[in-house]
Amino acid sequence: MTKKVKKIKNSHFGLLLNYLSINTLKAEYNEHALLKGLANNDSKAVETLYKCHFGMIQHFVTNNNGSFDDARDIFQEAMIALYEKVQHESFSLTCQIKTYLFSICKHLWLKRLQQMGKYSSPLNSEEEAISVTSDIEEAAQKDAAFDIMDRALNSLGEPCKGLLEGYYLNKKGMQELADEFGYTNSDNAKNQKYKCLMRLKKLFFAQYNIGD
Amino acid sequence: MNTMDDIQLLETIERYLLGELSPTEAAQFESMRKTTPDIDQMVVEHSMFINEMANYANRKNFSKLSEITFNTLFDAGAWTPVNEQSTTYKVIQLWHRYKKVTAIAATVGGFIALITTIMTLYFSPSLNGSQVLQLSKAIEIIKTNQLAQGNLLNEVKTKLPENAVLISGGTGFLIDTKGYIITNAHVLKGNKAMVISSDGKELNADIIYTDQAADLALLKINDADFVSPKTIPYSIRKKTSELGEEVYTLGYPRNDNDIVYGKGYLSAKTGFDGDSNAYQLQISANPGYSGAPVFNENAELIGIINTRQKQLEGVAFAIKSAKIFDLIAASDKTNGDFKNLKNQRSNSSSKSDRKKQISNLEGYIYNIRSFN
Repeated sequence: MTKKVKKIKNSHFGLLLNYLSINTLKAEYNEHALLKGLANNDSKAVETLYKCHFGMIQHFVTNNNGSFDDARDIFQEAMIALYEKVQHESFSLTCQIKTYLFSICKHLWLKRLQQMGKYSSPLNSEEEAISVTSDIEEAAQKDAAFDIMDRALNSLGEPCKGLLEGYYLNKKGMQELADEFGYTNSDNAKNQKYKCLMRLKKLFFAQYNIGD
Repeated sequence: MNTMDDIQLLETIERYLLGELSPTEAAQFESMRKTTPDIDQMVVEHSMFINEMANYANRKNFSKLSEITFNTLFDAGAWTPVNEQSTTYKVIQLWHRYKKVTAIAATVGGFIALITTIMTLYFSPSLNGSQVLQLSKAIEIIKTNQLAQGNLLNEVKTKLPENAVLISGGTGFLIDTKGYIITNAHVLKGNKAMVISSDGKELNADIIYTDQAADLALLKINDADFVSPKTIPYSIRKKTSELGEEVYTLGYPRNDNDIVYGKGYLSAKTGFDGDSNAYQLQISANPGYSGAPVFNENAELIGIINTRQKQLEGVAFAIKSAKIFDLIAASDKTNGDFKNLKNQRSNSSSKSDRKKQISNLEGYIYNIRSFN
């Protein structure tokens, strides 16, 4: 089985190299615009990325002991990694988006297979077009922080959770939140928001410091 | 007071970090930060927290966007999900390899099936007719045997009154420690009843209430020899059970007093002709099973067997257990009489070994005899 995984993987790699060689300046320009759109949560950019690259990942995952749903999850993870990477101002992609996404997905998927005990040989980064190890590690750290925040927020209960999500996630104004949650004025809502924030911070740091 | 200060401080820190303070306010705050290490620490901590919060918000919002995009494209048919192509491929290979053999086998199989069908069609009319006849005969035999047994009982035992004529019989089960028994109304064709426990003890019983429409009846053991059990080992299910649920029943279809176990599954949530008060079961039920309790895997009582499909072997119908509560309500018995009913739990027997369950339940299931 291991042999099979490798064989299919390599055939993909060949396809990728092929694709790289016919790379044009025009495509490079489009890619830049695409990443800029991604950084700004442009739904058109996200759609383009899915349309252009998900098929490849679906093919890779389903040919390597995975299901369609696995492919979807893995691609979503890779998209998040790319999204968070382009958030940095210092961001630069030294390769094509396709190469990057494929490398991340391959890495994530083989890691998952390893965890399930379906793929035994160690991951060989030399085989990859680009090394994404540091990116993967960074993404894993962010995953941990995200999970802690998620748990902390969810254990708050209402109205705290809704109030904080409204303010920090959905960027709603204090007056809007006061109306939504039935506070007589925005000052009352603001006071409540800060009380909730203090609780959230306590919960968050209790977990976060253990993680360190 | 204290919390008010905290809130104010937090608000100031947040506004400072977001650059919302006026220049004079900001300068004031910075000098305060320099002189008070506690405040400085709070600023560092909060700035980190705000950063984490922003990351969280960004990822959460982006995940949603990504998911929606995927779903929209998927719904539009952008991709066809193909699961585990590698295994499918193997199967296809196998198929190709054995295609010829399979084809021959299929042809032979088809031919045999064809012959069988023709023969069945040829012979079936007479066969079916005799089957139906045999079946009704069997019922007749049981009836006469029961009568014969009645006479025998009459001679040996004293509990059946003199000149009593056995009319009908079936199965019943305890629903309360005081001796209340549920059976089918059609089991009680006579106007008096007697029950026989699994260990052969005869007990006199009063017919408390019958509901012919629901085909349920309530009996109460009225006999000094009755030893009231401490608990009833099963609970009565109020909700409708699920299709395909494995069920079993215990009844007295035979002429002797041996309890018989039958296993099957729930094949429809409605009974004969779409009757919503009953289930259809795939279980072999013979005459005598009428009034037998139907249990699920957890030894929960889910129904009472009452009829069977004459044309289809193995299809029986059971009244839903929830109807028991309706019967009790209609019987004019105060709730006090059934105070244990609602609190019953399928305790010790639940999920335990089937054999254990059965030996546990046996003592609560009675052979019912009705006579005039």
